[in-house]
Amino acid sequence: MSVKETNDPKIIAFCCNWCTYTGADLAGLNRSHYPENVHIVRVPCSGRVNPQFILRAFRNGCDGVMVCGCHPGDCHYSTGNYFTRRRFTLMKRLLEYNGIDPGRFHARWISGSEAGKFRDTAEEVTAMVRKLGPNTRYREYARREMSADE
Amino acid sequence: MSKIGVFVCHCGTNIANTVDVERAVASARELPGVAFASEYKYMCSEPGQQMIKDAIEEYGLDRVVIASCSPRMHETTFRKMLKDTKVNPYMLEIANIREQCSWVHTDKAKATEKAIRLIRMSVAKAARDEPLFASSIPIEKRALVIGGGIAGIQAALDIADAGHEVALLEREPSIGGKMAMLDKTFPTLDCSACISTPKMVDAGAHPNIKLLTSCEVVKTEGYIGNFQVTIRRNARYVNHDICTGCGLCETKCPVKTDSEFNHGLSKRPAIYKLFPQAVPSKPVIDKNSCLKLTKGKCGVCEKVCPLGCIDYADEDREFTETFGAIVFATGYELIDWTALYGEYGGGRYPDMLTGLQFERLVNASGPTEGHIVRPSDGKEPKTVAIVKCVGSRDPKKGKSYCSRACCMYAAKHAHQILDKLPGTRVFIFYIDVRTPGKGYEEFYDQTRKDGAIYVRGRISKIYKDGDKLVCNGEDTLLGKQVKVMADMVVLETAMTPSSGIEELATMFGVARDVNDWIQEAHPKLRPVETQVGGVFLAGTCQGPRDIPDTVAHASAAAAKVVSLLNKSEMETSPMISVVRREHCCGCGACEKICPYTAITLEEIDDRVGAKRVKRPIASVNSGLCQGCGACTAACRTGAIDLLGFRNAQILEEVDALCL
Ligand SMILES: Cc1cc2nc3c(=O)[nH]c(=O)nc-3n(C[C@H](O)[C@H](O)[C@H](O)COP(=O)(O)OP(=O)(O)OC[C@H]3O[C@@H](n4cnc5c(N)ncnc54)[C@H](O)[C@@H]3O)c2cc1C
Repeated sequence: MSVKETNDPKIIAFCCNWCTYTGADLAGLNRSHYPENVHIVRVPCSGRVNPQFILRAFRNGCDGVMVCGCHPGDCHYSTGNYFTRRRFTLMKRLLEYNGIDPGRFHARWISGSEAGKFRDTAEEVTAMVRKLGPNTRYREYARREMSADE
Repeated sequence: MSKIGVFVCHCGTNIANTVDVERAVASARELPGVAFASEYKYMCSEPGQQMIKDAIEEYGLDRVVIASCSPRMHETTFRKMLKDTKVNPYMLEIANIREQCSWVHTDKAKATEKAIRLIRMSVAKAARDEPLFASSIPIEKRALVIGGGIAGIQAALDIADAGHEVALLEREPSIGGKMAMLDKTFPTLDCSACISTPKMVDAGAHPNIKLLTSCEVVKTEGYIGNFQVTIRRNARYVNHDICTGCGLCETKCPVKTDSEFNHGLSKRPAIYKLFPQAVPSKPVIDKNSCLKLTKGKCGVCEKVCPLGCIDYADEDREFTETFGAIVFATGYELIDWTALYGEYGGGRYPDMLTGLQFERLVNASGPTEGHIVRPSDGKEPKTVAIVKCVGSRDPKKGKSYCSRACCMYAAKHAHQILDKLPGTRVFIFYIDVRTPGKGYEEFYDQTRKDGAIYVRGRISKIYKDGDKLVCNGEDTLLGKQVKVMADMVVLETAMTPSSGIEELATMFGVARDVNDWIQEAHPKLRPVETQVGGVFLAGTCQGPRDIPDTVAHASAAAAKVVSLLNKSEMETSPMISVVRREHCCGCGACEKICPYTAITLEEIDDRVGAKRVKRPIASVNSGLCQGCGACTAACRTGAIDLLGFRNAQILEEVDALCL
């Protein structure tokens, strides 16, 4: 486990296939630049994102997490993102309770045409997470667990 | 250990200019499970694909990671390619290093690092890929159209003309819907019956169309290609197999009750046809008003019927049929303004009519044979007030939306009054006049030239004074109070979804919007589909619209149905939810969250220790599941998982990034 001490945050963005992933692809087509820190994981729907994924990311030292999907009312699967919205309002509080700054977690609605919004969000979240510094909260714990595994 | 092949694409210079492809390949070689890694200028090209196929053979690869453009671009291409190899097409992951890396970054060192991380994530996910098999479901080549208005009739005719069987189901005793009630249709003023009755007759006579009138859907099971629909035929008490529709019974029946078709403006007997041109052209008995059925006396119709068609013992009958596709064409109703507008008298004044009542009044086959007279005293009105947006664009009282057809039919009503009773003063109260459509604005202009007086403002109160209906309101353009002493008032009321739509939509798992109209799959690109595979939409059940738009919508729905029924079987995506039975606690959270009613709780026999027990567990209908994965996030025990995007796979990606 090599968590770098440099302030170059790792950010994971769970993006629904139909809206935000498409929007991020469009950002590419437009050659819109954003920080290399954002890594997209494709999921069918933002409603697929299990809070467990986010907890795991933070536990492993990920510095920021984004969950992005279609705008409410536009979900490809009709209602998925409503659940996302509700679930992640709670999530923010759970994170806070666990000592993770809620500024590290962002749920955003970005449609397939909002390439600019995707770029802006990536920039904004990266800047915010960078300001918060590396997420070291569970590093010791994870490290111990890793060495126990070995 | 898996044997993963990693193939990094240059995409000409699109990727290679910003990402050091050779470094990416070298680092991929070091990843656990990777048996082979290589690069090529254009992976998607013929030689690129051949290179992948050769490597699969040569190195015995069992799964593939391609680092290239977005999977939205070439996932299908590469899946197709894998069909010719030993590798299952779903043992494929694509690392998006073009749209989401080389095109959005400029610093080559950093972009290369990111590409390496993205590839590492895809490799980690691929290690947990499993072979998946698309299944194909046979398609029953029959369609069910629910609702026999112009939308349903048009859809049924188009599907039938394309050579497929259609059942056209209507809960009333005749097809025709609202269009059959209308007198003339804007903007051309052609007679509604003249253009709709031939279509009704065509539908009734078409060899591929079976009419199911007086029928309702009571239950449905199954999914696209295979809907098992249970239908109830309400008792008609007349044997339609032998009835010729001579009509003798109708003339002899002693009962007089309100005619639904004329919206209470006239009476009809208890044995009746909905209207003279009804299709099928055979009567039914209304069990609520028939003396024989309610009180046990009378029986006149049975006595006069020359063919012995009357059967008082007839009962509701249920039957189940299979259909490959369903079309919702359940139309609209007018809002019940009487409950909402107490200030308009709440329905106490007989000379206040709804738009549809007015249509019957001006209709030559209506209760007055087309004479515009007051229902109360049979006198011709000298002053008529037409009030628009009653219940529409009025979120406080009715609906927030615009009912779309009313501006035009209000102009039509004004025109009809001025045409039949020249010299009548016609006031139209409006908020805005909306007339988009071919020839619509011209029609509205003409009505104003004909003499209709448009007053901008809502009517706040209508009350009776002598034999006048006093309409109080404001002319918002002049900023003045207005008072019109009308002899007759026509309320152009809001369209609302048909009663019973809630039950019907729930049965099929189809979503409704905030106003209960059926929700289309996409407001722009999929206007005639619902989010449930195989269930389509036609006409006003999706939202208010006029006849031209309804017919266009219905034909579009029919085209979708035909292209589905033209196939004999359909491939379904294997990326759907699966339940690990032993982990499922039967809480039902997944059942509730599923937008497709694809999950049901099923009783299974189980053991707790030595005891045999029955317990519920979730079960996924593979025909209905669309693979959204909402259930997986709702599952408390992690028993339900999504193939292709398993929890473990996504967690692997997370771990691989954080490494
Ligand atoms: C006063 C008035 C005047 C109008 N004038 C014009 C005009 O001049 N020109 C124009 O273009 N448009 C006009 N319109 C609009 C026109 O009526 C509609 O666009 C058109 O009739 C819609 O057809 P439809 O088939 O979608 O709905 P409908 O005609 O409502 O048909 C729906 C059918 O489905 C049946 N049904 C409903 N629920 C169920 C169920 N659960 N099971 C089985 N059957 C069911 C109903 O009984 C009905 O027969 C007017 C509307 C009004 C109110």
